[in-house]
Amino acid sequence: MKRKKTLLALAGQPNCGKSTVFNALTGASQHVANYPGVTVEKMTGSYRYEGMKVEVVDLPGTYSLTSYSPEERVSRSFLLHDKPSVVVNVADASNLKRHLYLTFQLLEMGVPLVVDLNMMDVAEKRDIDIDTQELSRQLGVPVVPTAIKQGRGKKELFKSINSVAGSEQSPEPFFVDYGSMEPFLTEIENEFSENGVLSKDYPGRWLAIKLMEGDDEARKLIREHHSTPEKVLEFIENKRQEFDSKHNEKPERHIAFSRYKVADAISRSCIKPKTATKQPLSDRADAIICHKFFGPMILVGVIYLLYYLSIVQGYNITNYTWPLLAKIRSITESFLPAPGFIDAPLVRSMTLWFVDSINALLNYIPIFFILFGLIAILEDSGYMPRRAFILDRIFNRYGLHGQSTLPMVLGGIYVGGCAVPGVMSCKGIPCERARFATILTIPMLNCLAKVPLYVLMINIYFAQCKGLAMFFISTISLLMVLPVARILTLTVLRNKDTSPFIMEMPPYHIPTIRGVLGRAVERVWIFIKKIITIVAVIAIVIFILLQFPGLSDERMAYYDTEKDRAIAGFYQKIEENPYAEYVQGENLMALVLYWDKYKNAKMMAKGKKAALAINEKFKAENPVFFQIVRPQKDKEAKSVNKAFKKVFSARKKLLREIKKEKIDNSFLGRVGRAMEPYTQYAGFNWRVNVSLLASFAAKESSVATLGALYEQEKEGESLETRMEKGEKGFTALHALALMLFMVLYPPCVATSIMVKIQTGQIRWMLFSMAFPIVLGTGVATLIFSGGTALGLNGLQAMIAFYCLALAITIGTGFLKDKSATT
Amino acid sequence: MTLDDLRPGSECLVKKLNAHDKLGQRLMDMGVYPGLEMKVIRNAPLEDPMELELDGYYLSIRHEEAKFVEVEDR
Repeated sequence: MKRKKTLLALAGQPNCGKSTVFNALTGASQHVANYPGVTVEKMTGSYRYEGMKVEVVDLPGTYSLTSYSPEERVSRSFLLHDKPSVVVNVADASNLKRHLYLTFQLLEMGVPLVVDLNMMDVAEKRDIDIDTQELSRQLGVPVVPTAIKQGRGKKELFKSINSVAGSEQSPEPFFVDYGSMEPFLTEIENEFSENGVLSKDYPGRWLAIKLMEGDDEARKLIREHHSTPEKVLEFIENKRQEFDSKHNEKPERHIAFSRYKVADAISRSCIKPKTATKQPLSDRADAIICHKFFGPMILVGVIYLLYYLSIVQGYNITNYTWPLLAKIRSITESFLPAPGFIDAPLVRSMTLWFVDSINALLNYIPIFFILFGLIAILEDSGYMPRRAFILDRIFNRYGLHGQSTLPMVLGGIYVGGCAVPGVMSCKGIPCERARFATILTIPMLNCLAKVPLYVLMINIYFAQCKGLAMFFISTISLLMVLPVARILTLTVLRNKDTSPFIMEMPPYHIPTIRGVLGRAVERVWIFIKKIITIVAVIAIVIFILLQFPGLSDERMAYYDTEKDRAIAGFYQKIEENPYAEYVQGENLMALVLYWDKYKNAKMMAKGKKAALAINEKFKAENPVFFQIVRPQKDKEAKSVNKAFKKVFSARKKLLREIKKEKIDNSFLGRVGRAMEPYTQYAGFNWRVNVSLLASFAAKESSVATLGALYEQEKEGESLETRMEKGEKGFTALHALALMLFMVLYPPCVATSIMVKIQTGQIRWMLFSMAFPIVLGTGVATLIFSGGTALGLNGLQAMIAFYCLALAITIGTGFLKDKSATT
Repeated sequence: MTLDDLRPGSECLVKKLNAHDKLGQRLMDMGVYPGLEMKVIRNAPLEDPMELELDGYYLSIRHEEAKFVEVEDR
């Protein structure tokens, strides 16, 4: 009975508690992957019971096993080609008839089956009394009654699996009698019974039924394996038509109908008649949750709570986690070679850039963790289908789906979201076309990282009407998402599969802590594993593009002379000073670092006590330097302090100039300049180009790069003033064009990777980057060139564009989709 | 008459499915087949889609899809 490894597949319809069964079987040893070529998740796990090691594959929940949806195709092909030694069919005891419909199809495939009749507790609560022995006798396979959530029947299930997997003889399964179709099935089966591959690898009756159904995948099998496929397929097509005209019924309808007839008969014979039916609790709850009036209100409340707890509160938590990340940075810094007076070692600047880029993403983890946990709660509770039910009408008009709401809220439907979890949660949208449209438009929403640029621009150029400008920018994105989604679904996504909306409204469940936490941890882990690694690589590439080729020898020599002059000036001033001997040669640089460190420590310190402690610490470290940094009444130290401040700020200025010149000169700087002739129509000069190019790794850096490009003249001058000074010709119209370009900015690297994961294809990822660039440039050009031509100021252009977007949104809502489902 | 004509609260008997391919299959797979009795529970707050009860479970379906289900009012 002992075998090396047993392969078990879990099959079942949605909402039968299949994932609970999966968790109960496998415990903590789980692994998520995708089925090859499709974006359907493949959950695997393993366990050992009485010496048998079992590998469990959780097939996607499907109502049937046709070839209409990727989930059904995946499940079917797994059952056919991976040949599991046992298949556990999880069925909902409270809904036996419909679940038997799938059970019959599994039996037809000839797989070794165990029926796990789950949710017995729910059935009992509804007074449904099932004779499981009778059911097992009729189906010819073991039936194990369980209530896995309560842990009931788990042991029996394990035992049953072991005995089925261990038995050599194939069981004699029950077959649905298709009545008047039976002669047709026999004829078709005979047609390919001589064919070696087909009869060996595929159950003949199953294939005959599938061919009679007109199943595409089954026809493909014939084409691949039969010597005269055209002849066979023609024969089958004739049979299908013959059946249709003889019985006035489509063969596929007859098949499904027969299954229900049999399922009805079996469930009647196994279930004792119910005494009374009372309205289930879920329906009473739905009377309020889906109510005309309360429904939308509850929905807004739920969405607001989700947003508030994750984005707002999660952001507050980052106040506590950020110091940890800052600590990682400072620890890394301490291992790196110290900076020189005007030249920082490359290893140092590169490593710090790298750490900063990673930290910028790691900083989101608390937000993501809360978010993913809350989503798991919503998913497990059964609220998601209700949400889709309430909102589908609106989204359907734009080619989206009721289930597109959640991804949009996460992506930042108002202000502040993140496209990564947004795109990630698109998985739940059952219609492929709507799913792609949602994935492609989510990056156009306002993620947190876009906000700093908006705030900067609004503070400088729309200072008189901040509220209005903020409202404009937070709502305009949705007004662009909807028409774009509609246009995409009517054009590039035209050929994507659509699925019928029809969906089950499952009973409400109370989510388990384990299920929720498990999913949150798993999704955060995917984020770390898949995204951060690639972002790290891109961060380095952008660093190199921003740093190289660097300064020419001439320029470097120029900066060296400047440096020497500043230092010489310093020494001259303190010539007679007794402290002078302590700051000679290398000690000068040591003082620079000491000074920096002291100032930083002071800035971080909270309260008087902490400040005193820092003073003590630095005094102990180097009493002479401390005297210079804090001379108090010491006159000589005071004059050194004064002179040093001067050389210190001279150094800062030089560093800034070098940095700016490096960027000016860098590859990215050159690209930015080369693009200027084209982007000028959108109102972007080369500096803006560079900052937009650099923000591809993470949009947070747009403001940081602008900061580096607009040099600081006076200590503490804000970027706002610097930009205003540095760009005399820059107007509110420029700013508006830039802001709208930022709205339409292509997805950041992290999001792009997520798009690749969710669409399964690189070409969609590339498309998701390309179309926003075109659209964004177009909109920015319209604003800037159009606005200039019409003589509009920033505010007028803003209002005009808003009206235009609103009109387009309303207009596209009425566009008819010619290829609507039939 | 077709399913989309029914108001919430009405009960009906499925006569025929006029949809083919995907939608027809999906309706069958989810348990909507000729001879079945079902009840319209409610319309969504924006009127579309609608919610049905059949055999002890609940489905939601768009009116444009319900158009393909021929029913007999009860």
